[in-house]
Amino acid sequence: MHTAKYIFNYLVFPGFVFTAVVGLLTTWVDRKVTARIQWRVGPPWYQPFADVAKLLGKEIIIPAGARRTGFFLMPIVGLSAATLASTILWLVNLHPGTSFVGDTIVLLYIMTIPAIAMIIGGSASSNPLGILGASREMKLLFAYELPLVIAVMTSVYKAGSFSLQSILAHQAQEGIMLGSFSGVISFIVMLMCAQAKLTFVPFDIPEAETELAGGTHIEYSGGALAVVKLTKAIMFFVMPIFIITLFWGGISFSGWRILTSILKYVAIVVIFVLVKNTNPRVRIDQAVRFFWGPMFILSIAAMILAVLGH
Amino acid sequence: MVKKIPIGPYHPVLEEPEFFELHVEGERVVGIDITIGWSHRGIELLSEHKTWDQVPFLVERVCGICSCSHPFAYVKAVEDCAGIEVPLRAQYIRLIVAELERLHSHLLWTGLAGHFIGYNTVFMWAWKYREPVLDILEAVTGNRNHYAMLRVGGVRRDLPESEVPMVLERLDELEKNNELLTKAIVDDPVIHARTKGVGVFDRKMCRLYGALGPTARAGGYDVDARRDHPIDAYDKVDFDVILCENGDVFDKAVVRQLENFEAIKIIRQCLKQMEPGEIATEVHEIPPGEGLGIYEAPRGEVLHYIRSDGGNMPLRHKIRAPSFNNILTNEVSVVGETVADAGLITAAVDPCYSCTERVGIVDRGDGGRWVASEGDLIRMSQERTEKIRKELQGNRRNG
Repeated sequence: MHTAKYIFNYLVFPGFVFTAVVGLLTTWVDRKVTARIQWRVGPPWYQPFADVAKLLGKEIIIPAGARRTGFFLMPIVGLSAATLASTILWLVNLHPGTSFVGDTIVLLYIMTIPAIAMIIGGSASSNPLGILGASREMKLLFAYELPLVIAVMTSVYKAGSFSLQSILAHQAQEGIMLGSFSGVISFIVMLMCAQAKLTFVPFDIPEAETELAGGTHIEYSGGALAVVKLTKAIMFFVMPIFIITLFWGGISFSGWRILTSILKYVAIVVIFVLVKNTNPRVRIDQAVRFFWGPMFILSIAAMILAVLGH
Repeated sequence: MVKKIPIGPYHPVLEEPEFFELHVEGERVVGIDITIGWSHRGIELLSEHKTWDQVPFLVERVCGICSCSHPFAYVKAVEDCAGIEVPLRAQYIRLIVAELERLHSHLLWTGLAGHFIGYNTVFMWAWKYREPVLDILEAVTGNRNHYAMLRVGGVRRDLPESEVPMVLERLDELEKNNELLTKAIVDDPVIHARTKGVGVFDRKMCRLYGALGPTARAGGYDVDARRDHPIDAYDKVDFDVILCENGDVFDKAVVRQLENFEAIKIIRQCLKQMEPGEIATEVHEIPPGEGLGIYEAPRGEVLHYIRSDGGNMPLRHKIRAPSFNNILTNEVSVVGETVADAGLITAAVDPCYSCTERVGIVDRGDGGRWVASEGDLIRMSQERTEKIRKELQGNRRNG
């Protein structure tokens, strides 16, 4: 019985189906807002779904010299990891009892897997641009993971526990993390790192349409590309929820809190989209300097403030 | 280990055929192999089979963006050959169309450069700001592009007085928007980080490579054909030649943005100084002789040479587009930079590949290359025929 429930959780709600639908809707919000900023009209709401459906029906081309196993396995690995991350997050938010010891750390690990999958997939494509994209993705991963983890630790330190449930409980009792200095600083660091994790401008360096023509996913086509796009959509959904859970009191579906939950989510998505549209792409060395310099110092400062009780 | 990264055979942003092979170590470019010549269209030969009045329509299509600069240089070459005086009003109308073209070309480039560094908002905004220019061009010439405005001896259409207030109004709007865009570029710290000190091509190198237009002026190399060889009314209007010092991508953008203001200034002066009158001289024949037309296109100096034997077609028509000089500057400015910047640097000269194509032959045996002249091609063709003939004869004898 338990197994069936977990499978349902993973595949339908709040797992794959739910996450994919909301994730794709989020990408539509992104595209629409971007279009309005740029004085364009933008696509209708079902465009992302149509894109994925159409891609699924297209021919998959395997580049000569590609490592087939790695090339095709990696999008699936990335998608499963992103779905798992979403499932864990949602279950904790909806039923706090499902939390387990150290799920914050597990989530941090799982959310790294889509990036690593793209690194392997890009390298396996044997395309020089794909390999270059993979090498950039790796550098970017090293760059943003450091401040990201420290920023998460601020929250963990304040709650005194590695479990998401106690972080949520702590916020319910003593006010949200965003109410404190250290919380605000960590929140900003988190937003920047999330921007890089989602490979959005200014940190879309591994994909860099105009330099690498897609970079890591240059050789993916048809269904495989649909899976890659879906993974990105799901991650776009997971990152705001993760940030809200850690710093902004989590998501709830009871009574009027549905509304505030949606507002929080949309607010963070809009911040992502605005940053994306008001910045040019930076170079990889500038990105690494940014994350290991100002962002690292900020996250450490937040940590120290948290220890001092601010 | 040196890896090879291709940019091309289609440029990811400019959507034109070119092929840059970057030799990279990690992310750093250590060498570049430039191959152009993918869309040779034989325009010079075509032009030798068209009448003097048909050629402007042809050379307009050398480049979609410089569709006034090429006809301008061509008609100046023909007028030089035949000694034709152009009516003053026609001169001013020519200037207006040519400077509008500079505006639309520079704004287009700014947008593309924004797209290149992943700043799609600048891309869309710059192109939005470019719309008034196209509106004016449509009102004045009837077309948004390929204006078909210039003819030997004058212009083909008058600029009606009723359109002047609209043009002035649109120019004001444009000036305001261009100011906004210039500020956005000059003040943005991330744009600084991406473009300052990147792809430096200094004054000395500009002289050495014969760089032209904004590419040269960004490096402080003071060339501007409008001032150096003033044609038509260019000596009657007042404008500044914009110069920068560093020759990096940032300066190239700044030079173009500031030149927009100068272009607006020139158009305003033309509209003010223009007086009613003839718009074309009737031309009945082109006497035997030679003519040279030089004009400062948005990308640099464009040169047209024609030779006439007194007939109704050019005997020889030679075109030299500025991109030919400018594309080669990449050889210096890209080396030592990262792959991330290579695309931007190659686009910063505002290249126009199709305008500048000529036949190049690569010898796969030793990797050497040379540019074959017409004589070489004829000789090679004859040699091959000879070879095939011998083979056929041999077969017949054996069979």
